[in-house]
Amino acid sequence: MSSTDVVVTGLGATTPLGGDVASTWDALLAGRSGVGPLTQEWAAQLPVRIGAHLAVDPSEVIERVKMRRLDRSEAIALIAAHQAWADAGLADSGLDPERLAVSLGSGIGGATTLLNQDDILEASGPRRVSPHTVPMLMPNGPAAWVGLELGARAGVHSMASACATGAEALSLGYDLIRAGRADVVLAGGTEAVIHPLPIAGFASMRAMSVRNDEPERASRPWDKARDGFVLGEGCATLVLERADHAAARGARVYARLAGAGITSDGYDIVQPHPQGLGGIRAMTMALRDAGLSGTDVVHVNAHATSTPVGDIAEIHGIRKAIGDHPVLTSTKSMTGHLLGAAGALESIATILAIRDSIVPPTINLDDPDDELDLDVAALKARPMEIPAALNNSFGFGGHNVALLFTRV
Amino acid sequence: MATRADITSGLAEILEEVAGVSPDDVAEEKSFTDDLDVDSLSMVEVVVAAEEKFGVKIPDNEVQNLKTVGDAVSYIEANH
Repeated sequence: MSSTDVVVTGLGATTPLGGDVASTWDALLAGRSGVGPLTQEWAAQLPVRIGAHLAVDPSEVIERVKMRRLDRSEAIALIAAHQAWADAGLADSGLDPERLAVSLGSGIGGATTLLNQDDILEASGPRRVSPHTVPMLMPNGPAAWVGLELGARAGVHSMASACATGAEALSLGYDLIRAGRADVVLAGGTEAVIHPLPIAGFASMRAMSVRNDEPERASRPWDKARDGFVLGEGCATLVLERADHAAARGARVYARLAGAGITSDGYDIVQPHPQGLGGIRAMTMALRDAGLSGTDVVHVNAHATSTPVGDIAEIHGIRKAIGDHPVLTSTKSMTGHLLGAAGALESIATILAIRDSIVPPTINLDDPDDELDLDVAALKARPMEIPAALNNSFGFGGHNVALLFTRV
Repeated sequence: MATRADITSGLAEILEEVAGVSPDDVAEEKSFTDDLDVDSLSMVEVVVAAEEKFGVKIPDNEVQNLKTVGDAVSYIEANH
């Protein structure tokens, strides 16, 4: 490996399927759904009454007084970041803080803090608004908290590119290392907006599934009966590290982040390009960046959110950019859509698929769309050797990010 | 009319809720910042909660004079 190679040495996550990476991965391979009914009082009036809540509430991990100062998206970022940090063996490694950066974003940020404090403002007046409001709702809050607790001094960066955020944050971390600005980057995405306003907004766009009677069957990418995405919450973080830095300290390496491609559609503020042109360019760019060809990529963890248009546009794109051979999956069928955290969580799934030589299933794919002409690991996990795999993430605004991981 | 002990124990409840201070540590001679680790943002929360609990107004320019729990008790006793 060359001195600018970037490897993944630590993973952390708290998701609808588990409070850590191991439990989440077990559930993914078992084809378990993290989606359930929204039982909150406010949900009764909404057209969408399902979602994927965290399996382990952050208040079970972080003590009460600290939780008062953290937006939920910040709390889970801290939890996942400390897991990845420990997993990478960096806790007492003597890493120079001036060589450690953070790249961690959110699609929507501290919206629930904003809305809850607005309720207080309306009901009780400005003096009752919490003095912690601004650091809780600011979009750089999760990255800043993680940087503070890990002591990062090489820059704390917070991406926002909607549902591509987590992947774009990884791409920035990759670039920071390649540019020589950091040796280690804690990178990822976080999202926690299960609240009536974001749900009502997405529901008004008709973007969400209304399969309220069958929550576990609602997220069904590429299935004929799909009717929109299911909102999930969670955080996933990865430790990216310069390969020779990792080697010098004898770190365990999960995979190499071998290429990244970022493009923008320039087509519509929310609709994906019908032929997936921006996605095609992102995938092609990631291949070129890695010095690989489409035939090398045998697995794609697709963005596929379970929406009628997007799922098929991506299929066209993968066929064009990679070919007709890769085995696809959409882990969103189990986790729901974690918006700004999705790209990071799905990168973890891609990396563990490479490590364990197994593609996690796409559940609920009972009746495949007629236009689905690629092989999907439908319903059951698929054991296979995976030397190289790609993770796609697309976001409102026309963001496209493809990340290419390879076995070390 | 609340006694000084009543006010102290009321403040102790607020300090526990807002800043996680153990009620056993709260005594009139204790400094909010030096002894009880109450930072400036938490102090704002303590003041607003105390205003509500004791029916007093504690203006911002008064807060800087409330160095100890006893200072706060005296202010509340004199103004509520």
